[in-house]
Amino acid sequence: MSDDQKPGPVDQSRRKFLKSSGTTAAAGVISACLPAHASGAVAETRASEVSPTVVDGAVPVTLHINGKDHKLQLDPRTTLLDCIRETVTLTGTKKGCDHGQCGACTVHVNGKRVLSCLNLALMHDGHEITTIEGLGTPDALHPMQAAFLECDGYQCGYCTSGQIMSAVALLKEPCGPDDAAVKELMSGNICRCGAYANIVAAIQQVRKSA
Amino acid sequence: MHNFEFIRPADPAAAIATAARAKTAQQGADVRFMGGGTTLIDLMKLNVETPDRVLDINRLPFDKIEDTADGGLMIGATVRNSDLAYHAKVQRDYSVLSQAILQGASAQIRNMATVGGNLLQRTRCVYFRDTAMPCNKREPGSGCPAITGHNRTLAILGTSDHCIATNPSDMCVALAALDATIHIQGPKGLRTVAFGDFHLLPGNIPHRETVLEPGDLITHVTLPAPSSGSKHLYLKLRDRASYEFALASAAVVLTMASGKITRARIALGGVGTKPWLSPEAETALIGKPANDTTFRQAAEAAVRDAKPQSENRFKIELAKRCLTHALRTAAAS
Repeated sequence: MSDDQKPGPVDQSRRKFLKSSGTTAAAGVISACLPAHASGAVAETRASEVSPTVVDGAVPVTLHINGKDHKLQLDPRTTLLDCIRETVTLTGTKKGCDHGQCGACTVHVNGKRVLSCLNLALMHDGHEITTIEGLGTPDALHPMQAAFLECDGYQCGYCTSGQIMSAVALLKEPCGPDDAAVKELMSGNICRCGAYANIVAAIQQVRKSA
Repeated sequence: MHNFEFIRPADPAAAIATAARAKTAQQGADVRFMGGGTTLIDLMKLNVETPDRVLDINRLPFDKIEDTADGGLMIGATVRNSDLAYHAKVQRDYSVLSQAILQGASAQIRNMATVGGNLLQRTRCVYFRDTAMPCNKREPGSGCPAITGHNRTLAILGTSDHCIATNPSDMCVALAALDATIHIQGPKGLRTVAFGDFHLLPGNIPHRETVLEPGDLITHVTLPAPSSGSKHLYLKLRDRASYEFALASAAVVLTMASGKITRARIALGGVGTKPWLSPEAETALIGKPANDTTFRQAAEAAVRDAKPQSENRFKIELAKRCLTHALRTAAAS
């Protein structure tokens, strides 16, 4: 669970804080360097975060992400991962290696877990895509999210959304009852902190209570 | 990434007509069919593959696994690896294929990767993947730094002075042992290629890896009817227990009667420049008693022509032990 999804004591998430302070700092630098009439450029930059500018050769595509339709214009080279993070700005899905070697970018397409870094967004026109944001909410966690919290299935948290997306998909896959079977089917999700034992415990807890 | 036009062809004929205009279907192809994308997108990010046109074939009608009239199985080119590995008939009658797929990659990649794409999986040789380095497979005539460089994971069988890259597929090793047939629809019509003839040895043309020509679209793979009572095993040895390419692997399909081996199909992975059928090992097995002496003789025969590099001599012994253990385990099953 990343900090920005946990209700904190103040109404300010880490991401919101970084975003607003980063924008303020950038605006400060730019306005210090540019004549006053150029300040409109800053406003334009801010607006582009909300509705991305259309690039030459962009292709229309409709992606169903977490139950919501997104009508987008995308450069064909856009991976599903970059589209989710940069275009749709759902940043719970993480970019680790970007080459299919770490599992941090795992999402569900039509109910099956895939690596969003090795998919082009355009390949998924009309498909049902679920990201970590579509699993649960801070007030109503998915049982797997709750189990990761309870079992301490993470340290730095960077791989966690991929681990949880994989673990939720695993519940519907052919998987033997023992820990070894879980480890084998989770081998595509690397955790450099080494929280594996607790990740396996979290998954087994959910499987046993199901 | 090199920019490209993304095209979703309406039917196979449209896909083939567009791809037929490509200069080559091999390394450097300007038109590529996209299946799961697990190899192609990876290599496009590295600028090893730079197609101008990408044809998304995932919605063409090649996603079924069906029985054939002669009791075999027809597997569509866009069937996902996981759907194939967990298919009831594959698990029962072609278990070596199911085992091989489930020992490859990760659950996520198996949900994406297609049968057709896996037939065309590219080598993991670090020089092939790094455009800053010479590589005869990527840039014909530029040289092979692997021969004097990092070659621990590379091939000991089927190599040439121009290329020692390993074919990394697990699925292909099982398909070789199962006598699969590859069905291709191309500009000149339909044709079939026996599995053993599909991949080419590097020789002096390592940039040519298969018999595919521009416009050739793999549509299906067929498997012959299973031989009744045959014993199947895929054994894979690697640096870590899962999610790792083979250093050596063996696909074994044995038929036995009265303690003797009556039929054997043997293929090796992780050691060859292509999925490595070993008729030498088969000859050493057929008609012999199923015991350790026979198995060791077969393993010796399988690597008799092996040519090790500076860092991978260990693969000769590893491949022998891999095959011996696979044969022993299969025979006892």
